[in-house]
Amino acid sequence: MNPVNYLYLAALLFTIGATGVLIRRNAIVVFMCIELMLNACNLAFVVFSRMHGNLDGQIIAFFTMVVAAAEVVVGLAIIVSLFRSRHSASVDDASLMKL
Amino acid sequence: MENLIALLIAAPLLGAAVLLVGGRRLDAVGHWIGTVLAAASFAVGVVLFTDLLGRSAQDRTLTQHLYSWIPVEGFQADVAFRLDQLSMTFVLLITGVGSLIHLYSIGYMEHDERRRRFFGYLNLFLAAMLLLVLADNYLLLYVGWEGVGLASYLLIGFWQHKPSAATAAKKAFLVNRVGDMGLSIAIMLMFTTFGTFAFGPVLGSQEHPGLAGDATGGKLTAIALMLLLAACGKSAQVPLQSWLGDAMEGPTPVSALIHAATMVTAGVYLIVRSAAIFNGSPDAQLVVTVVGAVTLLFGAIVGCAKDDIKKALAGSTMSQIGYMVLAAGLGPIGYVFAIMHLVTHGFFKAGLFLGAGSVMHGMNDEVDMRKYGGLRKYMPVTFATFSLGYLAIIGFPGLSGFFSKDKIIEAAFAKGGTEGWILGGAALLGAAVTAFYMTRVMLMTFFGEKRWQPDEHGHEPHPHESPRSMTIPMIVLAFGSVFAGGLFSIGDRFLNWLEPVTGHAEGDSPLSPMAVTLITTALLVVGVALAYAQYGRRPVPVVAPRGSLLTRAARRDLYQDDFNHVVLVRGGEHLTRSLVYVDHTLVDGVVNGTAASVGGLSGRLRRLQNGFARSYAVSMFGGAALLVAATLLMRAV
Repeated sequence: MNPVNYLYLAALLFTIGATGVLIRRNAIVVFMCIELMLNACNLAFVVFSRMHGNLDGQIIAFFTMVVAAAEVVVGLAIIVSLFRSRHSASVDDASLMKL
Repeated sequence: MENLIALLIAAPLLGAAVLLVGGRRLDAVGHWIGTVLAAASFAVGVVLFTDLLGRSAQDRTLTQHLYSWIPVEGFQADVAFRLDQLSMTFVLLITGVGSLIHLYSIGYMEHDERRRRFFGYLNLFLAAMLLLVLADNYLLLYVGWEGVGLASYLLIGFWQHKPSAATAAKKAFLVNRVGDMGLSIAIMLMFTTFGTFAFGPVLGSQEHPGLAGDATGGKLTAIALMLLLAACGKSAQVPLQSWLGDAMEGPTPVSALIHAATMVTAGVYLIVRSAAIFNGSPDAQLVVTVVGAVTLLFGAIVGCAKDDIKKALAGSTMSQIGYMVLAAGLGPIGYVFAIMHLVTHGFFKAGLFLGAGSVMHGMNDEVDMRKYGGLRKYMPVTFATFSLGYLAIIGFPGLSGFFSKDKIIEAAFAKGGTEGWILGGAALLGAAVTAFYMTRVMLMTFFGEKRWQPDEHGHEPHPHESPRSMTIPMIVLAFGSVFAGGLFSIGDRFLNWLEPVTGHAEGDSPLSPMAVTLITTALLVVGVALAYAQYGRRPVPVVAPRGSLLTRAARRDLYQDDFNHVVLVRGGEHLTRSLVYVDHTLVDGVVNGTAASVGGLSGRLRRLQNGFARSYAVSMFGGAALLVAATLLMRAV
């Protein structure tokens, strides 16, 4: 199968993720969309690794997974404490820092 | 002997300091302190004078070095004095006439509660003027020059509760500033050209010409013209003449002091002192003579129309100083006669002003001559002294003015060529007009029927003779007016006295001295006769008639103030207004515009910071997209 199709898939996933980040208000969903974008990138890395015949892309995909795991820990903690204090997970409600 | 020179200045300066610092406890004796110190300065002057007379003509320059004022490498200014024949003449005139005026002021200012202060200012005036004529370099002369300006400001505006006096003082000061600027520029030019401004190196002496003798045309002419500008300011010459008439707002002794002994003579002194500079620049000399000739006619015409006795005399001063400047502009032919006329003028003009003050004193300070008339019966001493001054100023044969003025007219003709005829003609015409206006003053004041009326409070003036302290100075000055000219001229005494300093040359005149004398005397008779026909045979109207076009112009000082107003004041106003406009629109516009555009831009940029995480995310995506697009674009290219 042509590896370029995987790249199309990665672009599609990334676009869905980005769109989700921009249009959804629920912090959990936004978070999930970010994960989606990260994984779209991982997919692209792996595909490129395969296309170029070396392992660099796959190593970076592992790195990304580690960072994403750490990020999930921190991000979820923030969202939970935000929800506890405001009883809402809407990102638009957390706009206290505007002028 | 040299050490006495500083004492000349120190005495009146001490008087000024004591009187102005001493305060009210000196009110009772202040006027005597001032008078005695002025007289002390005169006494020192006489001692020095006899000492100079005892020396040979070449050995009559004394110098005293007091201390180094500004000792800087390449710029040496000393407080040093030079007493030679020229400054000696001035010292005697300033202190002599000055002391008489002090004495006179004791009576004249008797009822003024600020008399002590007045005497302090008078002493300051003398000190400044003495510093001016005794300085040994131009910078120190400048100090005296400014001191004279300050003292004249204080004295003209002495009655500062009168707005007119305050304005007149300000005007005199401002007009003088224009001249002062000329002097300071002249000094700067002198420093850049010669590297020094001390009299010795710059002017040299008759035997050893100084730096000015070797200088080239253009710069020398510039220095000379700037010096002339300075002289015009202090000596009230066209175009800086407008302050003199208004300066009559000061008490009359001040007018006498300004017109006879100090202030207006400073310009003539400056020109004659700087003879070496003017001699090297015929162009500048021509300008000097033109200024003198124009001013002598200008002043004479103004003097003919004024009904205010002091303003008529002020016009006369302007005219007589014009004669001196004219003579000084003629070069070595005229220097001696300029100074001789200055001295004789000092006598008769001081006498005339003190006489006018005496008349005002007896007439409740009325100055309008149309409200005088027939005063000779009431004030015999004033009448007698005033008449002698009058005869002297019109040049009645045998009196002071006759000798000095004739010499100037002769010298003007001796200039030669067309210039000589024009300048001599102007001087002759001036002599005739002088006879006319002075006869007018005499007739309106002392002859005819009495024309005074009760003032608005119903007080009728009771003309009376002034006290002894006022009449004695007038009598002394009258003697000077009668005899000074003869004393100076017979045997050429004055000429021999001053020649070592100023130099002298005989011109060759197209008219013989006898012819000049005859023509002058004939014109004098014509002037007197015309005045008699108009003011002696017919009664003088109390309310001034409308008069001819020239009379009306002369009453307004030939529109000098209107001219200044239109050209200088309005021009200045337009200039400042346009500068303010440029400042408001252009300069402020740029500054305010920058601030406003930065403010507006940041106001708009601020909207981006709305606090919504998603809109920041859009910015990030947008930025990232742009970066990617740019990278791709760069690769494509």
